[in-house]
Amino acid sequence: MTQLDRIRNFSIVAHIDHGKSTLADRLIQLTGTVAERDMKDQLLDAMDIERERGITIKANTVRIEYPAKDGHTYILNLIDTPGHVDFAYEVSRSMRAVEGSLLVVDASQGVEAQTLANVYTAIDANHEIVPVLNKIDLPAAEPDRVREQIEDVIGIDASEAVEISAKSGLGIPEVLEAIVTRLPAPKGDRDAPLKAMLVDSWYDPYLGVVVLIRVMDGVIRKGDKIKMMQTGATHGVDKLAVLKPAMVDTPELGPGEIGIFTGSIKQVRDTKVGDTITHEKKGCTEPLPGFKPSIPVVFCGLFPVDSNDFEGLRGAIDKLALNDASFTYEMESSAALGFGFRCGFLGLLHLEVIRDRLEREYDIDLITTAPSVVYHVHMRDGSMQELHNPADLPDLTHVDHIEEPRIKATILVPDEYLGDVLKLCQDRRGIQAELTYAGSRAMVVYDLPLNEVVFDFYDRLKSVTKGYASFDYEITGYREDRLVKMQILVNDEPVDALSMMVHRDRAEGRGRAMCEKLKELIPRHMFKIPIQAAIGGKVIARETLAAMRKDVTAKCYGGDVTRKKKLLEKQKAGKKKMRQFGKVEIPQQAFISALKMDG
Amino acid sequence: MRAPARRPPAHPDARGRAAAQSAAGGVAQAARGGDVPREDWQEAGFGIYLHWPFCAAKCPYCDFNSHVSDRIDQHRWARAYCAEIDRLGTLLPGRVVQTVFLGGGTPSLMDPELVAQVLGRIRATWPMANDPEVTLEANPTSAEAGRFAAYAQCGVTRLSLGVQALNDDDLRRLGRLHSVAEARTAYDMARAVFDRVSFDLIHARQYQTLAQWRAELTEALAMAVDHLSLYQLTIEDGTAFGARHARGGLRGLPDDDLGADMYALTQDLCDAAGLAAYEVSNHARPGAESRHNLIYWRSGDWAGIGPGAHGRLSIGGQRLATSTPLAPGAWLAAVERQGSGALPDEPLPAEEQATEYLMMSLRLAEGCDLARHARLAGAPLDHARIAPLAEAGLVQQHADRLRCTPQGRVVLNGVLRALLG
Ligand SMILES: Nc1nc2c(ncn2[C@@H]2O[C@H](COP(=O)(O)OP(=O)(O)OP(=O)(O)O)[C@@H](O)[C@H]2O)c(=O)[nH]1
Ligand SMILES: C[S@@+](CC[C@H](N)C(=O)[O-])C[C@H]1O[C@@H](n2cnc3c(N)ncnc32)[C@H](O)[C@@H]1O
Ligand code: SF4
Ligand SMILES: [Mg+2]
Repeated sequence: MTQLDRIRNFSIVAHIDHGKSTLADRLIQLTGTVAERDMKDQLLDAMDIERERGITIKANTVRIEYPAKDGHTYILNLIDTPGHVDFAYEVSRSMRAVEGSLLVVDASQGVEAQTLANVYTAIDANHEIVPVLNKIDLPAAEPDRVREQIEDVIGIDASEAVEISAKSGLGIPEVLEAIVTRLPAPKGDRDAPLKAMLVDSWYDPYLGVVVLIRVMDGVIRKGDKIKMMQTGATHGVDKLAVLKPAMVDTPELGPGEIGIFTGSIKQVRDTKVGDTITHEKKGCTEPLPGFKPSIPVVFCGLFPVDSNDFEGLRGAIDKLALNDASFTYEMESSAALGFGFRCGFLGLLHLEVIRDRLEREYDIDLITTAPSVVYHVHMRDGSMQELHNPADLPDLTHVDHIEEPRIKATILVPDEYLGDVLKLCQDRRGIQAELTYAGSRAMVVYDLPLNEVVFDFYDRLKSVTKGYASFDYEITGYREDRLVKMQILVNDEPVDALSMMVHRDRAEGRGRAMCEKLKELIPRHMFKIPIQAAIGGKVIARETLAAMRKDVTAKCYGGDVTRKKKLLEKQKAGKKKMRQFGKVEIPQQAFISALKMDG
Repeated sequence: MRAPARRPPAHPDARGRAAAQSAAGGVAQAARGGDVPREDWQEAGFGIYLHWPFCAAKCPYCDFNSHVSDRIDQHRWARAYCAEIDRLGTLLPGRVVQTVFLGGGTPSLMDPELVAQVLGRIRATWPMANDPEVTLEANPTSAEAGRFAAYAQCGVTRLSLGVQALNDDDLRRLGRLHSVAEARTAYDMARAVFDRVSFDLIHARQYQTLAQWRAELTEALAMAVDHLSLYQLTIEDGTAFGARHARGGLRGLPDDDLGADMYALTQDLCDAAGLAAYEVSNHARPGAESRHNLIYWRSGDWAGIGPGAHGRLSIGGQRLATSTPLAPGAWLAAVERQGSGALPDEPLPAEEQATEYLMMSLRLAEGCDLARHARLAGAPLDHARIAPLAEAGLVQQHADRLRCTPQGRVVLNGVLRALLG
């Protein structure tokens, strides 16, 4: 048992890439939690996709022991969180499990959009916040300016911000001391009935579902019978452990402690993050407030390129879902693409990550249809339908009006790019809500339709600001607008996978851009191919892809036969990455690229 | 396998074993009409390709296995070639050799003595067809032209001259060491000593216009005897042009549309001059086709000798793809130290043979024998694949013959993709 005042629990939060995971590395290293030979950069980013992209997707918890200057050894539970806005939910629920946050700010970049968003979440969670200025080893680092910025923009005291280089290890002892002296100890009553928060859960191939908990009151022991208050499910505690970050068994976890248990739970879906865990008998009566569930905001269809892979895809999606309760899926069938799944994601990055994992870990080539947000279709009879797929839009004669989700977008941008950012937001049907300055940076808040943002807004924003803008958003609600379904016809055949909902005033522009893009993406065929965008029966844009005129190998003699044959075979294999629409083959890549466009 | 009822093609060979008995040059008759089934390769015959991997300079567009070296021990090369001929002789006893092709690189850099030794060894190893075609590839510089007569003397019957362009600026851009005037002189010297002379031109060059190509080709047709090879410039990976192109350099190349127009113009002018295309890039008066190259396009057998030379040999009921080390030094070392320049043979499954036959034969105006293709593939080509191509005017089918139309031939890769699925 650990005395409450010798425990500190905190999350490490920051804008993407400001160095959270690297700071976690140093804390783990300096406290000797992991043997030196087992250390590697961003140790906690264990998933392939995290390592490859150099970002954190999943929050990770580690328990470290720190002998402080006051002579006592403290138990520190740190949670490294993801920075990307798609995974903001991971951050907010992690914060509910701890009492304080290290707010990491890159001293060469300053306050960014997710810095702000994280601070607000931390304040909501009643956190004590310790600002940490990272990357002071960089020549471009301006800790004084950034300190001022933190005070101006965020309004928290930054006079005692710790200056560090997570890379070199400079300032890490000071961070550890600050954690102990400036963050509050957890509270809790060891003698009260067990009350623990279900913080996270994941699937482990050997252990089944692993449940991360934070004990509030009482004590949980190996062998206990516990109950999940929201779902009502009961389980025996088979294994109880703390994460260092490897699991180390422990006989019990008391108030203020964070650890995991397993109890023959089959699916991650059987657990509800935010649920309250108590003993089956003599449990607590008052559950914790719980979390708002994460809801998917972007939907798209995933279809196997090779229809024989459908069962494989089903298996792969089921498996991925074991571990990621934040994405949803249901079977879908499309005239052109056959059987697949309609999946919901937290955002475009989440979509990409899942798609990548399906393709790589399960070796299935996928076609992704146009991502869509969830529309509210209000029928004339007063009922409302949620529309996840433009293909399902009901007969318009029965539709009264359509509403789309809106967001509050916060963008931080250096002065010189402000004009470009305003234009971009305006072009995307945005309504300005706020414009303030902090030093040489502007903070713009816009009310925007989500569907104008999901496709390529972030890419565009990065490109018009040369990467200097940062962006965060939250969904605010629904609003009616003039929304129509635009269809794309290739060689006079509608390609349902490319249908999309657009605002009527933006339809021509989008249609034209789409046709032009497809003209580049579809290889020339032996015949000419009209490419059209249409609303209802009315064509609003048209391009023609000329027939292939020359495609022949000039020299082909005895020595070229093998090479040429291999090339044909490769092309044949490449054809698998194509989809047949009538007589036309459309490369898989076209579905992805067609949706990323300017304007 | 049943003997086809059709008339056999131009220069069929008989069964190897039987041919061995007949005198050199005599077309074997033993197997013909007997109950021994014909092998597939006999539809097209047997030839020998010998690769000389050296050039005086490397042309920036060229991805052939060619190297520049100032120390070439031609005696050593002669010994190595002869050793390989001996090795192949024991593998293929009695095969009647219909054609020999000395290709490169620049075989006109070979000492006539080396050529004589090699050809002599071939003649000593295999029976020769009545009227064997022995081609040598030559570059049209004066130094090389000086050796033409000697080549003719030791048995070369046909010269293929790399003229490439009839315009000095373009020759320089193509990195050639000769001028137009030099090429013309070499060509005239070649005509004086060889029965058959062909030359190569490359079109679709940088900044070339349709009108310029029309003028140049008209000039070329006036020069031509009975055979021309007209290649569209191909930007190959791993060449100097390839690298420049990848960097965004090498401007002024024709786009696909202009390239297609040039190809169409080429067909028109050559047709009118009586030198119709018998293959994608090869034009000849009827009967003047390169018999050696026809073996490739008709899927006959050929032995590949020299560094990087590929072969196709039907032995013991299998068809083997043969290959050798690419680097001249590696090949020499293999021959000298291991007594063989052969890399492991790769037996070709029947369906690959069928693919090769289809892909090569459709390059020819005569097209593909669908019955032969079906025998190899084990099933006839799906009519559903042919029909839309025929409808689009890209192929024509008469009985068992499938041909590309001239429109189809320019998009042959597309036609093949459609046929092979
Ligand atoms: N120069 C310098 N680079 C640093 C420092 N700390 C982190 N980095 C680098 O910054 C990049 C991002 O670091 P991470 O630790 O992955 O950042 P993160 O905040 O965890 O990123 P997300 O999890 O994707 O939000 C990496 O390339 C690090 O090597 C530092 O103190 N100095
Ligand atoms: C082996 S080369 C000829 C031999 C000889 N060394 C010469 O260059 O004259 C065969 C022919 O292929 C053609 N050729 C080579 N590379 C080419 C390319 N990249 N594009 C088009 N034709 C090419 C040239 O016309 C050349 O004459
Ligand atoms: S084109 Fe001919 S001369 Fe030029 S490098 Fe190639 S083989 Fe040698
Ligand atoms: Mg991270």
